[in-house]
This record gives sequence, C-alpha cells and structure tokens, in this order.
Amino acid sequence: MSDSLSSSVPVADTGRATAELASADGSGGKRPESPFARAGREILTGSWLITILAVVLGLVAGLILIILTNPEVQSAAGYFFARPGDTFVAIGDAIGGTFVSLFRGGIYDFTQGSFTAGIGSLFNTLNYATPLIAAGLGLAIGFRAGVFNIGGQGMVLIGGALAGWIGFAWNLPFPLHMIVAVLAALVGAGIWAAIVGVLKAYTGAHEVIVTIMLNYVAFYLVDYLLHTPVLRAPGSQNPQSPAESPSAILFPLLGNQFKQFNFGFVLVIVATIVAWWLLSRSSLGFRLRAVGENPRAARVAGIDVNRTFIIAMVISGVFVGLAGAYQVLGQNTSGFGNDFDSGVGVTAITVALLGRNKPGGVFAAGIAFGLLQAGGATLQAGQGVDIDIVQVMQAVIVLFIAAPPLVRAIFRLPDPARRRAVVGGAR
Amino acid sequence: MRLELRGITKSFGALIANDHIDLEVEPGEILGLLGENGAGKSTLMNILYGLYQADEGEIVLDGVVQHFSGPGDAMRAGIGMVHQHFMLIPVFTVAENVMLGHEQTRAGFLDLGAARARVREISARFGFEVDPDALVEDLPVGVQQRVEIIKALSRNAEVLVFDEPTAVLTPQETDELIGIMRRLKEAGTAIIFITHKLREVREIADRITVIRLGKVVGQAEPTASNAELASMMVGRNIELTVAKDPAEPTDHGLVVRDLSVLDARGQVVVDGVSFEARAGEILAIAGVQGNGQTELTEALFGLQQRVFGTIELDGRSLRNRSMRHVLEGGVGFVPEDRQEDALVAELTIAENLMLDRSYGEPFVRAGAVQRAQLADFSREKVQEFDIRTQSIDTFVGRLSGGNQQKVVLARELSRELKLFVAAQPTRGLDVGSIEFVHERIVATRDEGIPVIVISTELDEVVALADRIAVMYRGRIVAIVPQHTSRETLGLLMAGEVPEGLEIAA
Repeated sequence: MSDSLSSSVPVADTGRATAELASADGSGGKRPESPFARAGREILTGSWLITILAVVLGLVAGLILIILTNPEVQSAAGYFFARPGDTFVAIGDAIGGTFVSLFRGGIYDFTQGSFTAGIGSLFNTLNYATPLIAAGLGLAIGFRAGVFNIGGQGMVLIGGALAGWIGFAWNLPFPLHMIVAVLAALVGAGIWAAIVGVLKAYTGAHEVIVTIMLNYVAFYLVDYLLHTPVLRAPGSQNPQSPAESPSAILFPLLGNQFKQFNFGFVLVIVATIVAWWLLSRSSLGFRLRAVGENPRAARVAGIDVNRTFIIAMVISGVFVGLAGAYQVLGQNTSGFGNDFDSGVGVTAITVALLGRNKPGGVFAAGIAFGLLQAGGATLQAGQGVDIDIVQVMQAVIVLFIAAPPLVRAIFRLPDPARRRAVVGGAR
Repeated sequence: MRLELRGITKSFGALIANDHIDLEVEPGEILGLLGENGAGKSTLMNILYGLYQADEGEIVLDGVVQHFSGPGDAMRAGIGMVHQHFMLIPVFTVAENVMLGHEQTRAGFLDLGAARARVREISARFGFEVDPDALVEDLPVGVQQRVEIIKALSRNAEVLVFDEPTAVLTPQETDELIGIMRRLKEAGTAIIFITHKLREVREIADRITVIRLGKVVGQAEPTASNAELASMMVGRNIELTVAKDPAEPTDHGLVVRDLSVLDARGQVVVDGVSFEARAGEILAIAGVQGNGQTELTEALFGLQQRVFGTIELDGRSLRNRSMRHVLEGGVGFVPEDRQEDALVAELTIAENLMLDRSYGEPFVRAGAVQRAQLADFSREKVQEFDIRTQSIDTFVGRLSGGNQQKVVLARELSRELKLFVAAQPTRGLDVGSIEFVHERIVATRDEGIPVIVISTELDEVVALADRIAVMYRGRIVAIVPQHTSRETLGLLMAGEVPEGLEIAA
C-alpha cells in the first residue's frame, strides 16, 4: 500500500486507503496487522486481562496485610538483622498458610476424615456464591441498560421478607409452597425496583440516590414488621421471624448432610442462562444494551428510552429478588432477623463489576467471592487472620477494576484508549 | 518569525499519521494546508502546538530548534492556535477569557483592567470591534472566533494556526475572517490556514501545501484550479458535481404548513415554516448551523416537545407522533450527529443495522433476535453499500466516519420508504465517501421517494438539490431553484432577500 502514498500515481483505491487510515482499529498503515499481532493486542488491552490482574493485585494486597499482621512475622522481624532468614520463613509460612486455609475452607478440607466431610467446603462456597450470583446478575442487567442500580440491599430485603412470610405463614403442599414463595420474592423485588424506574423515567430522579434511599426504607420497613406480629415469631419478644415451614424450603440436592447445597443453586444456574439469553439473544436485551450504550441513538431509532429504563429496573429487581428468596428459604431457614441480607445486595455490585456485567462473568465472580467468604472463615480460625482482610481484598480488586489505567501502568500494558483518542485527533 | 518543520514523523502503532513532513512559513505569509479529513493535518498541528511529541523531525523557529513538551512551551515560543472548536468559557467575559491561563495579578487580585486594555488595544490595531466586557456566550460565532484570535495575539503569537476556521461561519463572516487574516499578514504574522475547502484556500493563501495520507503530496499556487487541487487531495480525478437527471416530481409527498417549534425555554426556534417535498425530487434545506434546521428535522420525527402547525405525509398527519411511529410509517432518517444520534458505537455493524427495527419482523420473532436472518441481511448490505470492514461483528465505533455513515444509510434505505430525510449526510467524510453518499441519495430520489437534505455545506446543497429552501433564524427566507447563484444563496443565508429573486414554487 505504500506505493499508493506517492503523489504522482492516482489510484482508484484511495478511498479504501483513506478509510483504513482513519479507522480506529489501526488496521491501516504500512502493512496489515497479522492475526497473531491482533490477537496479542486484544489480549493485552482487553478488559478481561485487566480483570484477572486486578484479582491478582487484590490478592497481593491481602497477602501483604496478612503478613504485616501475622504475629510470627512480627516477632521474627524484631530480630531481623540478627537472623533475617527467620522473617522470610515466617512470611512464607503466612502466605502458604493463607492459601491452604482458603483451599480448606472453600474447596476441599483434607484434614477431615472422609471425602463427604471434606467436600462440604465446596458446598459452603456455592452457598455463599448463590445469592451473590443472583443479585449480581440483576445489577449487571441494570448496568448494561445504563441504570446504576445500587438498591440491591432493599430488593433483597423486600423480596426475602415476602418469600419468608409466605414460607412460614401460608399452608401449602411441598413443591407448590416453595414455588409460590420464590415467585413472590421475584415479584415483590420487581415491583420495588419498578418504583425506581418510574421515578427515573418520569421525574428524572437519579437512580443512585433513589435506590440508596429505598434501601433505608426497605430496611426499616422490614425491621418494623419484625417488631410486629406480622413477621415476629409468636410468643417471642425478639425481632426474629419463625422458622420456615419445610414445604417452602429450597430442598437440598444431595440429602440433608449438605443442606447448604440446595435447589437454589439450580435456580441460579437457570437464572444465569436466562440472563445470557436475555442480554445477547432477545430483542428486549438488544434494546437494553442500545439504551445503555447510547440512549440518544436509541431514542432516534424509535426505542422508548423511558420505558426501557423501567423494564430494565424491573428485570434487575426480579433477579435480585431471587437472592432475597435464597437468603430466607435456602440459608436462614430457621427464622430471619433484619440483617438476613448479609450484605449480599452491596457485594453484588462488586460481583457485577468483577464479572464485567456479563452473565458468565458474574457467575464466575460470584463463585470467586463465595470462595473468599467460605475460605475466610477458615482463615480466621486457622491463621488468626481477621475476616475483614477478606473484605479488604474484595475492595482492592474492585478498586483496580475501576482503575484500568492503574493496572496497565503497574504491568506496563499498552493502552487501547490512547491509540483511539489519538487517531480521533488526527481527523 | 519564520517557522520551519523538518521531517516531522509521527506514528500511532501501525498507523503513520505524519510521514516526514516538511513545511515552512515566512513572516507575513499565509500558507494554506489542504487535505482531506484524516490526512494528518490536525496531528501535524498538534505536534507544532506541543500536544503530541514527534517521533522524528524538528520544529525550527528563526533558525532555532525547539522542544515543546506542552502547549505552554509553544505559546511562549510565539505559536498561537485558533481551534476549530473554540476553547472559550461561555460564562466569562471576553477579557476574562483572554487573560485565562496567564492571569496578571495586582496585590493578589486579578488585574482585569490590564486584560481589558489589552483586548481594546488588539481590537483597535486590527479593527476587531470586540467589547472586552461582553459575555462570550452572548456573542455571535464570528465574534467568538475573534476572541480566540485576540487570545493568541495577547500572548504575542507570531505564528498563528487557524484550524478549519470557516466551518462554523456564514459566507459573510468568512469574508470578514479573510479580511482579518490579511491584516494580520500585513502586520507580519506568519499564518497557517488549515482547511479542506478549496475555494477559500485559493482566495487567501500565498502558497498551498497539500497533504494526503500523512505525506506532503505537493505544492500549489493559489492560481491552481479546483479540479487540480481536488485531485491532489484525493489522488485521483473526482467529479465535484453529482451526475443526476432533472427531477421528475410527481404528486405531493410531505406537506408542512405553518410549522413552529418552541424550545425548552419557550423560545421560538422554528417560526411558521411551510414547504413541500415532492416524490421524485430533492429538497435541500440550506442555512448556517443553528438557524432552526436541527429543530425542524427533529419536529418531523416527534423528537421535539412543542410543535405547532401541520406535518402531513401522503395525507396522514405526522405531528406529535412518536419517533417509532414515524419510522414505521416509512420515513428514513440520517441524523446530523452520526456518532451521538445514529449509531451505538459499542454495538456491532449487524446490531446497528437492526437498531430501528427491534420490535418485530424481519429481525425479531417471538422476542428473539433472528441472528441468521440478521447476519444474511448484514452481509448483503455490507456488500451493497461497500462498507469496508473485516466482519459484520466489528464494533461500529471502530469504523471510519465514511463507513459509519454507510452503515446508517444501509439501515435507513433498506426499509420501504415514503420519505427520506438526511441531515448533514456527508459531514466529516472523505471525498470518496461523499461521492458514494450523494449517489445513493440521488438514487433514492430516482426511485420516486421524496428526499429532504439538510446541509450547511453550500457545495453539497448546490450539487444535490432540485429546489433549495434557505433557513435563517427559524424561518425559511425563500425557496429557490437549483441554479441560484452562490452569492444569492449566501445573502439568503444571512437573511437578506435580494431584489428580483427567482422563487421556486
């Protein structure tokens, strides 16, 4: 193509050359980029590499904190200059111990006598992951449509309280009771979310503020109801609900020894597939994504942007509602207090971001966070590490995901935005 | 000051934006820098202004090699830039804008008096007539541009770069700007005038340098013909006019009567406009940007809130209908802001091709996107509209402007149309794409579809139109035949109706 750059030879193909020169993927220039170079560039600049590196950095930050707070390391560091080896051995022990604890708590506990006892760790991970995935999917769908729904907590509480109430107060036969209770959670959270969508669409209220405020409303509403006979267990003064009736509980998949591995996990797998189909295969999802990426173009293409916002919020709420149902029908089946959401609604924001708002990514991120939570308990028991450090790790991961340029700088990766901006400037 | 650029080379990855470019400007000389969009003009000027660092080559001022690490260095060295998009703060006064970035203080307070005096002094020297205490947002575009020039001069710029300065001006304002540039030249300023408009560069430049694909492809004298310059720019001989037969208008298509639009603040932005677009003809709506064309277009599509009057297509009212209703009623629309209003950059070509047909057949059945159907359709359209891409799954944001516009055209022209409206259809496109877009628009007309083209480019209006409606301050000043002279059109665009004007019914 370099021949066509000279002045004297008029070529018919100049339009193409110009187009390529101006195209932002940089495929123009002296010679076309080889497929391998392209693949390499996409891996290096692609967002999923950033995601993995952010996780690595989060783990490193967590390990540093663990090392710094480890009593053995501290005492060995006291005579560091006399015997520096001791400090390094202590650091190595702390790091090794951390990974062993995470593995034992989250995947398989080899110190247990039998396989069934050991594998319980994996089911603990899935137990923590299930509501995170459900709520993460809901929030991710909202994010994709451009609504920054951070009202997960409120939706978990409303959906969960509704499902819980049906679960202990109604009298229905086994599968029906469970189905009705779960559906009620989905509908309740969906309606709760619709409030946000309507306020945003018709009054221009910002969804971040509305959802935060509705979190308070939901919390105190549930708290109030727990102090009244509506949700409070009969004959008790504690703001605690009665136990769920067995017919409403999400039944264990592998018998009662693994209560934490129940039908809820199946529902969440189904939810992940539904979310994937919705976002990448349905016309509704197509409109959600179009509105999320460029509401102006969507509007000019005849898409009702306000209606799409409301629909996105409702769908978002329905998925988060599943997390609410799981909290009361799968996890706290012996009765729930006002804190049954266990921070799922908030952590789900992190899960959605870590999963890049893609259903498969959210699923993986949910499992990863579930593992950190299940392993964190063992870490605390085995290594004397404060469970808060797990929270710090999660926060650092999200921090780095939110700051891809920082990750790129740390690992000296090429910057995709730069070539784009610069070519834009050349126009 | 004498400016010399020697062998400037700048590449971005595989893309070579500037390839050993040499330039020189003497004091008191105007150099026209001519090139298509994407030829590398702006990159070169950004290097000169210290925004980018060149990979190779040097910038020499009066024989001294310069090293600019930012615009501050360039300004101190005496280089000033009048940007295409003004770098002014609308709510500040002229004097405040001029002092911004090198504020003088007296006893810790801003010395506005000194800035005012500076503005008056420069205004007087070059006959600018700019009030230092006027708010920038109240000033007409042409005067805002003068504020930009004053800003540069107040920093003792001896080399002034004008980046596409006429893009936003009326023909009359352009004439005034050319006068200003001449006075600056007489005062000894070296001027680089970047443009892709052939007529202007021939009128004002002392020498013309043509850039194509990042290289200097030649020098030309202002006496060179348009055709000569254009063929240097694009590397082949192009026809500036569109080949088309005379229109054969049939029955009425779109009828607009007494259409008025109020904006959010209750201001009349379209004022009692009446016109017809007949099947088989192209009605061009000309006018300087911001005279109600955008709002008029939006009103046709139900995108404006307060619309009065009648809009009828084939006898059915379109007023205050939803955008979706209008589109499904058979109206094709190319919005003026391609990236904001027409395309979703993060969706693929295929997805953008179904953007306004996501509610039903042919691409959606039972709520599911018919991916095979969409892929077939997309591949067909990529062929038909010559969209240069590796795959239909490429993100639209990665295409060049011309290919993006082809995606929009492909989408809008593949529906059954009763009316086609294209706003600024070739803005920012290279000559090859312009030609393609114009051909498609004429072909649409020839299919017997009424076409409305809204354009601020006089060349485009003259090339495409069968009749021309000129808008000024929300009104249609006149609807004139296609052969109306540029001078007359220029006057109409400034709101003046010359005597004995020939009106097209």
